[in-house]
Amino acid sequence: MTAMDAYNFAYLDEDTKRMIRRALLKAVAIPGYQVPFASREMPMPYGWGTGGVQVTAACLTPDDRLKVIDQGADDTTNAVSIRRFFQRTAGVEVTEETEDATIIQTRHRIPEAPLQERQIMVFQVPIPEPLRFLEPRETETRRMHALADYGLMQVKLYEDIARHGRIATAYAYPVRVEGRYVMDPSPIPKFDNPKLDDSPALMLFGAGREQRIYALPPYTRVESLDFDDHPFVASKADHACDICGATESYLDEVITDDQGGRIFVCSDTAFCRSRQEDRQ
Amino acid sequence: MYVAVKGGERAIENAHAWLAKERRGDPDVPELSTAQIREQMALAVNRVMAEGSLYDPDLAALAIKQARGDLIEAIFLIRAYRTTLPRLMASTPVDTAVMAVTRRISATFKDAPGGQILGPTFDYTHRLLDFALLAEGEVPPAPTALTGPAQDMPHILSFLDRDGLIERAAPSDEIPPDLTRAPLELPADRALRLQALTRGDEGFVLGLAYSTQRGYGRNHAFVGELRIGTCPVEVDIPELGFAVEIGEIELTECETVNQFTGSKSQPPQFTRGYGLTFGQTERKAISMALVDRALRWRELGEDFTGAPAQDEEFVLSHCDNIQATGFLEHIKLPHYVDFQAELELIRSVRAAAFASREAAE
Amino acid sequence: MNIQPISGGFSDAPRQSATAFRSVLEVMSRPGKTAVLSGAKPPAPLSIAAGTAILTLADSNTPVHLAGVFDCDALRQWITFHTGAPLVPADEADLAIGHWHDLEPLDRFRIGSPEYPDRSSTLIVELHDWPQENARLTGPGIKTKTLAFVPGNRPTDFPLGLDLIMTMGERISALPRSTEVEFL
Repeated sequence: MTAMDAYNFAYLDEDTKRMIRRALLKAVAIPGYQVPFASREMPMPYGWGTGGVQVTAACLTPDDRLKVIDQGADDTTNAVSIRRFFQRTAGVEVTEETEDATIIQTRHRIPEAPLQERQIMVFQVPIPEPLRFLEPRETETRRMHALADYGLMQVKLYEDIARHGRIATAYAYPVRVEGRYVMDPSPIPKFDNPKLDDSPALMLFGAGREQRIYALPPYTRVESLDFDDHPFVASKADHACDICGATESYLDEVITDDQGGRIFVCSDTAFCRSRQEDRQ
Repeated sequence: MYVAVKGGERAIENAHAWLAKERRGDPDVPELSTAQIREQMALAVNRVMAEGSLYDPDLAALAIKQARGDLIEAIFLIRAYRTTLPRLMASTPVDTAVMAVTRRISATFKDAPGGQILGPTFDYTHRLLDFALLAEGEVPPAPTALTGPAQDMPHILSFLDRDGLIERAAPSDEIPPDLTRAPLELPADRALRLQALTRGDEGFVLGLAYSTQRGYGRNHAFVGELRIGTCPVEVDIPELGFAVEIGEIELTECETVNQFTGSKSQPPQFTRGYGLTFGQTERKAISMALVDRALRWRELGEDFTGAPAQDEEFVLSHCDNIQATGFLEHIKLPHYVDFQAELELIRSVRAAAFASREAAE
Repeated sequence: MNIQPISGGFSDAPRQSATAFRSVLEVMSRPGKTAVLSGAKPPAPLSIAAGTAILTLADSNTPVHLAGVFDCDALRQWITFHTGAPLVPADEADLAIGHWHDLEPLDRFRIGSPEYPDRSSTLIVELHDWPQENARLTGPGIKTKTLAFVPGNRPTDFPLGLDLIMTMGERISALPRSTEVEFL
């Protein structure tokens, strides 16, 4: 008997799962709106994916195949830790292949392989409120969302352009959902933003510490905020992957020596590996 | 050929093994028992129970042992365990006017019915290291054993209340909100604020309380009464039709008498701040009472001066040390992807800046 | 002793409710799509799908309104026994169950507030049969457009509104407030 045998399927008790499930249905029905939920203390720290873990726990069935990535990689320590948590508490199958997964929990990336209709993406979100750094008060930002009053965000983006000649946001780049709610896509690089738009997969976002759940149903219109004369550009390092040669994937920069040497490699390890295998 | 760092799983296992070894320390030194922690580190146990929101001295002692004495880590262990516990029933409100007190002091009245009891306090110890403890010396027995049964011990503020000199804390049968079962909603009512404060970080609440004393939302607090002791906990058993005592818990309660308010229609009255915490945790209970009072500016018709301790959203959003430490420490996690995005951005912004400077020259 | 309310629940709640929830999530995410929802065996007149949805979503924190023929002793007892959900009038309900004409007028139900549009009712609409498609749906969850049966007009003032779950036998589909409905 392991320590986890004492816990319920997928760790959470049924009351908690029901509460999260009700919040998830509201989130799906109101795309981009942050539904408050009574986030629980999890056996991992706030800020380390407790929101994503609770959403995944509420969605998992015994038939699922789970993939967990952090920074695009399956083998980063926190991804390993979360994957093992669900292996132990839910006994579900796990995979590193994007195509084989039915639920993908992620921190900071969307996989390169196109998502499919039968898949659910679960994003770990640190600060779900896209207006938080412009207005720290929840009472104020809630009012702004209620009125769809996003002038403050427009002003911020415009000031960026005035100062830097471009919008100086590289990740967690705000989006507008179906022309209504402005939403934080979680700290994915803006390179990944276009993957949110019209995706065949359901996308769920969980912020544990901040007690919010939100969602993008499949085939939802998701636009990155921009201006006509400064259109959004999904940028990445202007290199090919030094391992697999991919030119269309998001790259990590790796320092290789103390002489300024560096290489660029795919941040999506499963994508990079499958390309290497194809080449052999 | 570059090979990406692998082996996260083995690294984690090795780190856990190393941690276990470090926790034990030198094996030639006898291992601490949780009973020793419970009995001899009782104030640490009390803090873990108070901020962990779970009254169980044995589990708190276990958490402290497992956490190597890191109290916030121990509180985290207790919180994570607490979440998994089924809620069988709710107790009836604990009546702190019936208490087996071990300590009871008032800074506002020299004496009051029930008397003042100094109790086991550091207050008048001279803070000199007691080198006798190095030699594991036994202490001489205390002159009197004070703990008796719970008995009527009227609150000192009730004497002011009888004369109408202090605001009424009207009793209410309303079911209070539960911070652990419903998301925090702002503005919060007082019951919810008190819940957040009682499990809030001692250092954070202390700092805020201190700031009110130094003028950031000053409210002139006197400790009307500070009492520590055990109270019976009762639950209503519907089948029996009456309440049954299921045990007792040690509590610290602080009631402050604060600056008065008044208006044309109402004569001036003192106001109240309130603190209630598990165990002997009086620094926390006093701090809580001061912050509670500072947060009540709106209902008492006072001005918001911009003081942090008056700012409900600021206080409630940041007082929980488990939330705070988790989010703070998460910046240790890899952020390669976001950092890479920032690198690309700053490079392109710099390139554009250099280009425009060259063009200008 | 009346044994009936005790039967018909989940035999393995954690797994059955997980599978059931995924069906509900799937249809709420893809308006117009139908799915199988089963596991509960509620007393008549409640369908298996509606009973399963209730066991999956309702508990003591979820006020439930029973409309029309569903407001009967057998169902009251069954829901109370299995979920502990308080049974309430329409304007207090998080979840409501009924035939369309018994749920009407729909403006009795909460549609949320601009600050909290989630504080709204979800209606479980039991169908006698599953009629032909009568509406064209567009909006989130729908690739371009899809045809589906919609029981009638619902109050919409997005983001405020009611979310509908349609049930019959072991069949379920959903119509979130975000869906644009154009009757044919």
